[in-house]
Amino acid sequence: QGGGSAVIDMENMDDTSGSSFEDMGEMHQRMKEEEEEEEGEAGAAEEEDGEFLGMKGLRGQLGRQVADQMWQVGKRQASRAFSLYANIDILRPYFDVEPVQVRARLLESMIPVKMINFPQKIAGELYGPLMLVFTLVAILLHGMKTSDTIIREGTLMGTAIGTCFGYWLGVSSFIYFLAYLCNAQITMVQMLSLLGYGLFGHCITLFITYNIHFHSLFYIFWLVVGGLSTLRMVAVLVSRTVGHTQRLILCGTLAALHMLFLLYLHFAYHKVVEGILDTLEGPNMPPFQRVARDIPVVSNVVLNTTAKAVALPL
Amino acid sequence: FADLANVSISEDIPVEGEITVPVGSHTLDEDFSTLDEPVKDTIMRDLKAVGKKFVHVMYPKKSSTLLRDWDLWGPLVLCVSLALMLQGGSADSKDDGGPQFAEVFVIIWFGAVVITLNSKLLGGTISFFQSLCVLGYCVMPLTVAMLVCRLVLLAGSGTVSFIIRLIVVVAMFGWSTLASTAFLADSQPPNRKALVVYPIFLFYFVISWMILTFTPQ
Repeated sequence: QGGGSAVIDMENMDDTSGSSFEDMGEMHQRMKEEEEEEEGEAGAAEEEDGEFLGMKGLRGQLGRQVADQMWQVGKRQASRAFSLYANIDILRPYFDVEPVQVRARLLESMIPVKMINFPQKIAGELYGPLMLVFTLVAILLHGMKTSDTIIREGTLMGTAIGTCFGYWLGVSSFIYFLAYLCNAQITMVQMLSLLGYGLFGHCITLFITYNIHFHSLFYIFWLVVGGLSTLRMVAVLVSRTVGHTQRLILCGTLAALHMLFLLYLHFAYHKVVEGILDTLEGPNMPPFQRVARDIPVVSNVVLNTTAKAVALPL
Repeated sequence: FADLANVSISEDIPVEGEITVPVGSHTLDEDFSTLDEPVKDTIMRDLKAVGKKFVHVMYPKKSSTLLRDWDLWGPLVLCVSLALMLQGGSADSKDDGGPQFAEVFVIIWFGAVVITLNSKLLGGTISFFQSLCVLGYCVMPLTVAMLVCRLVLLAGSGTVSFIIRLIVVVAMFGWSTLASTAFLADSQPPNRKALVVYPIFLFYFVISWMILTFTPQ
């Protein structure tokens, strides 16, 4: 209503007190000036809309122009806000979890399922995996510091973050690609979630073995804890794939990568010198440098100690 | 148009009044007065606000002052001083002096951004900069711990000094986490507080670890 009537309603105008044709002309002039003004500012027109109820005809055109401008401005603002907020809102459903659920999923990630003929449900959630990756980064930092790793190019933090996120995102994408080739029923988010929860076993193993340095203990943990989480991931994937060859390829690759990653994390940052107190009091020996190719000239003592430490489990 | 048709006013009531809204001249003067005041006043006002927030961190009560007027001066000062104090702390200071400053800087700001995004995605009602402000200000106990550690290391670096440093850092880490939880936890749905507190715990743990393992050469 009040949209676009071109007819000037003279009834009401005659009744407004003090109005005559001269006044009408004046008002008309004022309206025209206002129209030009309002092309500059579209925002304040809404309040003035309510006041000129008696002048529907003149208001018609003005109203239409103002409404048009307001709609354009509003549309521009809305699309800008939407494109900003849509980026966060895309991720929102993947973070919709309760602490109880996270705890349950953490414990489940160590229990291999028995029913592989029926596709197992995977929760497409990203909070748990993301927190596990960050926890792994923190544990790696702890491990690197206690092993006196000195990194020439780059920083400790950068290496840890790069390793963990690289593994999580890279191996997820690779296995997703293989799953696409092998016709497995799994989406990218589910794969990210599955592999992320599989890192829980890695976190436990590394946390314990960075503090207690026995090689045999590490191997036991590697087999048992690493093996359990790998078995769970493998079982879930097998339940979602059809065909022997495809199952073999997919699960073999995932198992190999997962177990080898744990091995790499332990031995790359492993202490060369036995005994924790040495590192607490500052390095007494020249630190183990990670420039792998060029072995610097070291004293025989260091060589012998290293050989002894490595030769122990063999 | 039925109800709009009769806007006529009877002739015997004169219609009069003022159309212009009287603008209070005092409000205009206030706006201009912050432009006209001496620079010292402006700086002192900002410094007082920052100082008040520091006091709030030292004695964390459930107040919303930190949240209401956020600013990032305090976090910037704390981050830069922490990064400066963590420099020169490894065997080869020629190589590792540079990256360590950038490392600390990036960890603090990147970590704070990730925690903020996480709390927003979990359904929090806090805004982006408010959360950054709180997390940055709560780094203060750890900066104090770094100062204490450097002083202790001047005296010597044996097992005793390590134990003292460990106690101080653990205490300050607990204080930081509690302070930031006191400010941030209210803005979350009540059953998800643990999900928000854990990343904060990890964040301050990483910073504490960097402080604890700092050995000057």
